[in-house]
Amino acid sequence: MIDISIHKKLQSNSGTMNLDVDFHITNGKLLTLYGKSGAGKTTILKIIAGLLKPDRGSIIVNNKIWYDEDKKIDLRTQKRNIGFVFQEYSLFPNMSVRENLTFALTKGQDEKIVSDLIEIIDLGDLQNRNPDTLSGGQKQRVALARTLVQRPEILLLDEPLSALDDEMRIRLQQYVLKVHQEFNLTTILISHDISEIIKMSDYLMELDHGRIVSKGTAKDMFMNNSRKVGIELFGEIIAIEINKLEAKVTVLIGRDLINVNIELDEVKALRTGEKIIISSERFDPVIKKIN
Amino acid sequence: MDWNPLILTFKLAFITTVLLFVISIPLSYWMAYTKSKIKPVMETLVSMPLVLPPTVLGFYLLIAFSPSNAFGSWLDEWLGLKLVFSFEGLVIASIIYSLPFMVHPIQSGFANLSPTLKEASYVLGKSKIKTLNKVLLPNIKSSLLTGIVLSFAHTVGEFGVILMIGGNIPGKTKVASIAIYDEVESLNYAVANNYSMILFAITFFILLLVYLLNGGYLKKIK
Repeated sequence: MIDISIHKKLQSNSGTMNLDVDFHITNGKLLTLYGKSGAGKTTILKIIAGLLKPDRGSIIVNNKIWYDEDKKIDLRTQKRNIGFVFQEYSLFPNMSVRENLTFALTKGQDEKIVSDLIEIIDLGDLQNRNPDTLSGGQKQRVALARTLVQRPEILLLDEPLSALDDEMRIRLQQYVLKVHQEFNLTTILISHDISEIIKMSDYLMELDHGRIVSKGTAKDMFMNNSRKVGIELFGEIIAIEINKLEAKVTVLIGRDLINVNIELDEVKALRTGEKIIISSERFDPVIKKIN
Repeated sequence: MDWNPLILTFKLAFITTVLLFVISIPLSYWMAYTKSKIKPVMETLVSMPLVLPPTVLGFYLLIAFSPSNAFGSWLDEWLGLKLVFSFEGLVIASIIYSLPFMVHPIQSGFANLSPTLKEASYVLGKSKIKTLNKVLLPNIKSSLLTGIVLSFAHTVGEFGVILMIGGNIPGKTKVASIAIYDEVESLNYAVANNYSMILFAITFFILLLVYLLNGGYLKKIK
């Protein structure tokens, strides 16, 4: 069990923001943090890792106190048993893929884990390559393998897949799920991608301006199960065109564009670039086979 | 031609560069990563030798090191150091005078590294020292080389500070740049020319080597 209670005043370009979150994760689960950029997601991961210091609060991992302001306990990052995969590529350019992994070994640790990880994450062909010669997806695979060398208690993933194309992303998701289960990890993932969230997470927390605005399972949050017949599509607003009587909203769903006409009152709350759900309760589709 | 001034010049440049390298790594590391309020003051002090006339620096060092002053006499009594008109004094003065040439490249080398490299190493449980030695320094090799070579070349070219604090004592403080001035004053243009040509050629090739190495032109040979 991991208990986290964090308070920190943050300075951002839009003024000050109070990060104020309180949550816990059961061991072996995957929790996703979701929310607009600047909501404080990365800050939470950095605080758990000890790379940033909160103003108040406590972090307790499996009954061990990592941080407690009242008791004046603040374990150094090096003493916290965590894995962290960063959004940017963080491989050491002066070491080969294999050396990046062996660098992560603790003193006296059996080197076998390096070979095991190279096998699990399919790095065999890459192990003697220099990080500069790898693609983005390969780099993140190495970073994932490297962070597992010391068998972390918590795996923190700060949008590690956001810079990858769809195909690479889906492969990486499978690797993350594989190691999450195989190493019995407790994982916190930051993601913006709704299909990724539904596929990967046990729980989901939505953040806005440093606060948790909703939490639950991905299904609870994005799908309304009470509806017997209906359709729900997740997408992103690409364009809004306001006409005299109604507005036309163009939404990107997967790789397809859909135009939806909505009333002028409703369009006021929407902005280009926002993630939305299109749902319809009265739903009478025509289904045809494609030959 | 007397080779002593040239030998003295390169001895001074070598010792100064080695000491500067050792001093500048922690100093540059601190300046690159600190959030301290005194950072601008430190940056100013380090950069002062770039703009200050060497004679000003030399003048104040001469006053400070003079045995008739409290600091100078303390150095003499407690450490047995006579820094005025001595080789040791030249080394100290050169370190101060060439400090920005070593600190600036290393500092910007650190600052240009992605901060996640350092964080990734800490997360892997590696100490600050190990991170510095195994991750940060190996990735700023070209900055280190630039710092070493610029400090060396700059010390070779020193004149004003040395004249002020070291004078012109053969075998002790008479470096090549002083010797050239001395020979010209005595109208020995041929000797002055010999010294000058040697300095010119050596500094040219040192700098050329840096640009070749940092530009990657010598990669194929490796």
